Amino acid sequence: MKVIPAAKIRNAVSDLCIKANLSLRKDVLTALKAAYLKETAKKAKTALAAIIKNAAIAKSEKLAICQDTGMPCVFVELGSEVKISGDLNSAINKGVEAGYRKGYFRNSIVKDPLLRGKSVYVPAMIHISITSGSKLKLTVLPKGFGCENKTQLRMFKPTVGISEIKKFIIEAVRSAGPDACPPYVVGVGIGGTADYACLLAKKALLNKVKRQKSKGKKLENELFNELNKLNIGPMGLGGKHTVLGVNIETYPTHIAGLPVCVNISCHALRSATAAL
Amino acid sequence: MKKIILPLQKKDITQLKPGEEAALTGIIYTARDQAHKRLVEAIRKKHKLPIDLRGKAIYYCGPTKTPKGKVIGSCGPTTSSRMDEFTPELLKHGLRGMIGKGNRSEAVARAIKKFKAVYFLTYAGCGALLAGYVKSAKPVAYRDLGPEAIYELKVKDFPVIVGIRGK
Repeated sequence: MKVIPAAKIRNAVSDLCIKANLSLRKDVLTALKAAYLKETAKKAKTALAAIIKNAAIAKSEKLAICQDTGMPCVFVELGSEVKISGDLNSAINKGVEAGYRKGYFRNSIVKDPLLRGKSVYVPAMIHISITSGSKLKLTVLPKGFGCENKTQLRMFKPTVGISEIKKFIIEAVRSAGPDACPPYVVGVGIGGTADYACLLAKKALLNKVKRQKSKGKKLENELFNELNKLNIGPMGLGGKHTVLGVNIETYPTHIAGLPVCVNISCHALRSATAAL
Repeated sequence: MKKIILPLQKKDITQLKPGEEAALTGIIYTARDQAHKRLVEAIRKKHKLPIDLRGKAIYYCGPTKTPKGKVIGSCGPTTSSRMDEFTPELLKHGLRGMIGKGNRSEAVARAIKKFKAVYFLTYAGCGALLAGYVKSAKPVAYRDLGPEAIYELKVKDFPVIVGIRGK
């Protein structure tokens, strides 16, 4: 049994919050730079240049990439041979609060969804999965709500064609329009149960953003091309780049259903991972 | 790029073209969901407003905390459409400019035209970049709302793109 003290988890989460909010993911930055080079619409190019410059300023000036430092989502992969000395949930929340305070990030959480009230830093959304081995993997995804608000779930009939599913995904992006900070990364979860499809869609955002050429990624490539014909473009000013990437995660599902969830990320797709 | 000195003048607004880039210099006020709700409630109850809206511009923004040695934290725009239900009432009470991101409702577009106001877009998701155009920031109302308080920002050449304008 490997013992990990809760304090170590707290510190790691704090560091990850800072890293995620200040340093744009390498794959996202690469995709943005590629989009800038390929874009021909003048306003879209200007907007992409601003987005790339923003990432550089955020890093050098230690200012959050986006003022919406999100609802912190923390994904934990806990090896079954790991013993945590202390409380895991509390360590994560303490780490988030410490990191957010240290980074001067925004306290965007209200304790009661109906009564609202004072803005605070936590709780984080914590998703724990048990894996084999003796590693503890932590990922922090600060999810802004401009894009989270555009999430869509549909419970399709099991007999539905793939074209119907594509139509739903395209419609979800079209209806987000310019509101959620395009160019987007589109996370799609297909299968499982309603709740699990939503989690898969979010987890899909953790996958690297790139146009996957391999055979199994046909749907992603088709959607990538079709979504980029929507002409929403960076900042909604039109252009070739409405999405930077489409990531799909699937899971077995029930004979009677086919849940599909679309979770859009803004261009400031931020996450950071560490293994203890 | 058109340079605009705030407060907004009717002649400045009517000359703007949608899609045109402009740079704003002067005072703008941050306000987002809860501040809008309170302002409209205050108007309905005929209470005195904490800021005089006449000729003013509101920025849909809730900045991060201000790091030591800086004027403001990251301060990009939030989604404008969430403010749509409150906007016509504010325009009726003198508001003339709004800065945000994304689409507006038809009712807001109509009210913008009716009151000869303007809706600007600014670089969404670029809060670190936009912080560089803010020269001073202080909370002036609803401080209990934290990041949703109304801040008075002094901006210089703050970059915007004309979205909808009255003429």
